[in-house]
Amino acid sequence: MATLLEISGLTSHYGRIQALKGIDVKVSEGELVALVGANGAGKTTLLRCISGVQSVTAGSISFAGQDITKMAPEHRVGLGISQSPEGRQVFGPMSVEDNLRLGAYRRHGADIKADMDRMYEMFPILYKKRLLPAGTLSGGQQQMLAIARALMANPRVLLLDEPSMGLAPLLVAEIFRTIVTLKEAGTTIFLVEQNAYAALAIADRGYVLETGSVVLNDIGSNLLANDRVKEAYLGL
Amino acid sequence: MFAAFLQYLFSGLTSGAIYALAGLGFAIIYNSSHVINFAQGEFIMIGGMASATLVGSGVPMPLAIPLAMLISMAAGIALEKFAIEPARNSDVVTIIIITIGASIFMRGAAQLIWDKEFHSLPAFSGESPIAIFGATLMPQSLWVFGVSGVVIVALWWFFNRTMFGKAMLATSHNSLAARLVGIGVKRVLMASFALSALLGAVGGIVVTPITFTNYEAGIMLGLKGFSAAVLGGLGNGGGAIVGGLIVGIAEALASGYLSSAYKDAIAFVIILFVLFFMPNGLFGKRGTDRV
Repeated sequence: MATLLEISGLTSHYGRIQALKGIDVKVSEGELVALVGANGAGKTTLLRCISGVQSVTAGSISFAGQDITKMAPEHRVGLGISQSPEGRQVFGPMSVEDNLRLGAYRRHGADIKADMDRMYEMFPILYKKRLLPAGTLSGGQQQMLAIARALMANPRVLLLDEPSMGLAPLLVAEIFRTIVTLKEAGTTIFLVEQNAYAALAIADRGYVLETGSVVLNDIGSNLLANDRVKEAYLGL
Repeated sequence: MFAAFLQYLFSGLTSGAIYALAGLGFAIIYNSSHVINFAQGEFIMIGGMASATLVGSGVPMPLAIPLAMLISMAAGIALEKFAIEPARNSDVVTIIIITIGASIFMRGAAQLIWDKEFHSLPAFSGESPIAIFGATLMPQSLWVFGVSGVVIVALWWFFNRTMFGKAMLATSHNSLAARLVGIGVKRVLMASFALSALLGAVGGIVVTPITFTNYEAGIMLGLKGFSAAVLGGLGNGGGAIVGGLIVGIAEALASGYLSSAYKDAIAFVIILFVLFFMPNGLFGKRGTDRV
């Protein structure tokens, strides 16, 4: 499979603190890749670098063979990199429908409407609440909205940052089922999770991040069986 | 008694409409950048001065007015491009101070380009006052009400019905998420300055036949627009409109019933009152977000 997203030697800093210490990650077309690690390991920073909203101090990011390390975030969305951010970040006072429509901000044309209908089919609760302010939705519904909004960009790679954070176990299961459905439909997904077990269980491959460096990198089932991962992240 | 009250009310509504437009200008820039643009009053002055001097030099009014709006918008875009954008990564307070500097610069430039005299425009449709219940209303006041009303409706349409307007709103609600869906925040910032300058210019043009204008007319208009925005709740468009009308009416009533010496003090009393007793203003942010 062709490599879609390739990150090599990536470093990033917050002031003098180095958050990423030379990251190498590859995501191929159609793959579901999970990135797991503890709080503060740099997972969100890496996703922010990929989307272009966090500055990179060294290394490179290439997407579909094109170097995008210095590209403005809005152009990356145009290329097909779309992110559902940590903490959902919906446009609270705006309607659910406006949130979805803004997800397709870089697109033009008639198929936007059809895609919106697809989102409503996938998440019927969003259709029911489409005219309400997004801020009035429950946490789980906001998470669905954030994923749907990211999908509205018609992405070639979908970046999901902690989609299970703060959700009740039943909702977590539902979100993960949705991710599996998306993967089966052929979407390339880069999933960042603290919930290592659930993420690695559905991932083709996984990376384990510790204090800014990738310490393990293997296929999902191997990582689940790895003693170090078991001890540190699965509580086994 | 009633006639006098009505008279004050008319004059209060007229200046209130201009404060409302200025307040909206503050709100739009505040929303896109959290910056309070203290050069907002200068946009009003530029609109008034440019249209008045163009008409004075023989340009027909229907041409002079759109030209003056373009000149003010160009000033807004230049302010963003050359003063705000280079400082984009600085503190908001730093940028606010830059806008104060820019306002002084614009006043100085206006003195050089034009002069220090007062200028006026002919009223748009005659000078014969309309008598209403013993009070008189100048036809130009009707222009001020009408134009402000049209501008407010057009703004509502822009922010609620157009994709770019919604993108500007989205940026104000959550700038990170806006960038992640592909909204170019630089363009939003530039558009907010252009739009605020346009609002200021419109206000400055329609009010110039009533109040006259000179190179420093923007100071007071800007500060009153600011108190309108603060009273309404910074960043709230509807609030800025209500705030503007309240400031205008309060100041007209105060100068009528107390003394015209206190006219300009009212806006500042209102700012102090808001800061002491209701820092969020009348319609300030009440969170509807669920965590």
